[in-house]
Amino acid sequence: MNGKQEPKLRVNPVACSGHGVCAELLPELITLDEWGYPLLADIPVPNHLARQARRTVTDCPALALLLTRSGTPG
Amino acid sequence: MTTIAQQGATADQFEPRPISRLLPPPGRPALDLAAHLRRHGQIPYRGRAGQLIEDVRAAGLTGRGGAAFPMHRKLSAVLAAGGRPVVVANGAEGEPASSKDKALLLLNPHQVLDGIQLAAEATGASDAVLYVALDADKAHWLNHLIAQRSAARLDRLEVRLFVAPPKFLAGQESALVRRISGGPALPAFATRRVSERGVEGSPTLVSNIESLAHLSLIARYGPAWFKSAGTPDEPGTMICTLHQSDGRVDLAEAALGTPLADLLDLREAGAVLIGGYHGAWLPAAGAARLTLANSALRRHGATVGAGVLAALPAGRCGLAETARVARYLALESAGQCGPCRNGLPRIAAALADLTDVTGGRRPDPALVADLDRWSGLVYKRGACAHPDGTVRFVTSALATFESEITAHRRGRCTGTITRPFLPLER
Repeated sequence: MNGKQEPKLRVNPVACSGHGVCAELLPELITLDEWGYPLLADIPVPNHLARQARRTVTDCPALALLLTRSGTPG
Repeated sequence: MTTIAQQGATADQFEPRPISRLLPPPGRPALDLAAHLRRHGQIPYRGRAGQLIEDVRAAGLTGRGGAAFPMHRKLSAVLAAGGRPVVVANGAEGEPASSKDKALLLLNPHQVLDGIQLAAEATGASDAVLYVALDADKAHWLNHLIAQRSAARLDRLEVRLFVAPPKFLAGQESALVRRISGGPALPAFATRRVSERGVEGSPTLVSNIESLAHLSLIARYGPAWFKSAGTPDEPGTMICTLHQSDGRVDLAEAALGTPLADLLDLREAGAVLIGGYHGAWLPAAGAARLTLANSALRRHGATVGAGVLAALPAGRCGLAETARVARYLALESAGQCGPCRNGLPRIAAALADLTDVTGGRRPDPALVADLDRWSGLVYKRGACAHPDGTVRFVTSALATFESEITAHRRGRCTGTITRPFLPLER
């Protein structure tokens, strides 16, 4: 693990059903591809969007969105 | 070298130089347990967990299943995770173009089984699994070998044999973990490495069976011996499946750093596929100057992978071959992740469309832009690396067969033989 890092958004692509609510709630960091699946900005969540990001995570109907502080497995 | 299929062999037959660490020399039979013990002696247990890891580090052994990850780091990670680790020897070999793991298991099973015991000791494991794609007869034979070794008190852990389903992704690490934990052999979305949380939640070492056989040799003969073949950066040998342009399929154990032109007869080849169906195409003329080493291949977007090399004959259309394999890869997607489920069939269909010049038909020039866009949309967006590998394969084809694409846009194909070349079934 890489220890403490800035929080980043991550999607569980198996759980994601392409509902699209994430892109409506957090358009600053999430857009949808041509099939309706989320494309996440590859940057840490800025402080001013932290609350909105947490809200988006809890509102995903498939529970597929994550906020993570650790490195991802390779 | 062992020829496992032969058609149209010529008089001046091309023969790679053999080296024999894991595969018996041509014409020699596999070693049974008694002969294996006479030749290599007892399993050289080190007496304590972790003891072997320094030798493996000094030897510079990397994984032979495709990713070339340093073996000592995997061993150390599982040992450090503590608990009751599991060692899994992965011989699923789901790729139809690869047969080296099946051959190794049939020709040198005891070196693999010794490697499992040694890796289990090194990581402090309390469970050992052999995961292979075999028919019922061969599984029965392998279970007999395992029982024979237990009866002779060679193995400290009795190896559990699991049969992998005959699917391309069956050997993918998280799919393997799910299968052995009692689930389906489908990739999983993971937030932790299998070295921390794998089979039934235990720290797990997942290692290709060839890597474990090399580990067994390192335990016996030492790092200096291991490094006497290969290059300083990439020591040792690897078993390659070689698809020659005349249709022969050879197995050859080769030192890392061997010129590709010593392994493949490139005289009749137009292009070379390096690293299998998640690998990369290169023009034959360029491949002829390269070696079997990641240091050489990575600059050209390729890796040695699991040692699959194919010399596509000059008379075959590379686009048609790519389209066939891409369709196969799309069908082998687990279909769990939206981008892969949507993108791979579109990529395969666009390649099939680009290939079709029946009656002078001119494919839509926009197809290449579609392929580029869809490739970008699936890359790194799956739970596993299947979309990434498929994109590497397709993207390398678009570059290598650029002049063929130009011909197809004008309604012509340079291929003279339409019979499929690359295998899609095991």
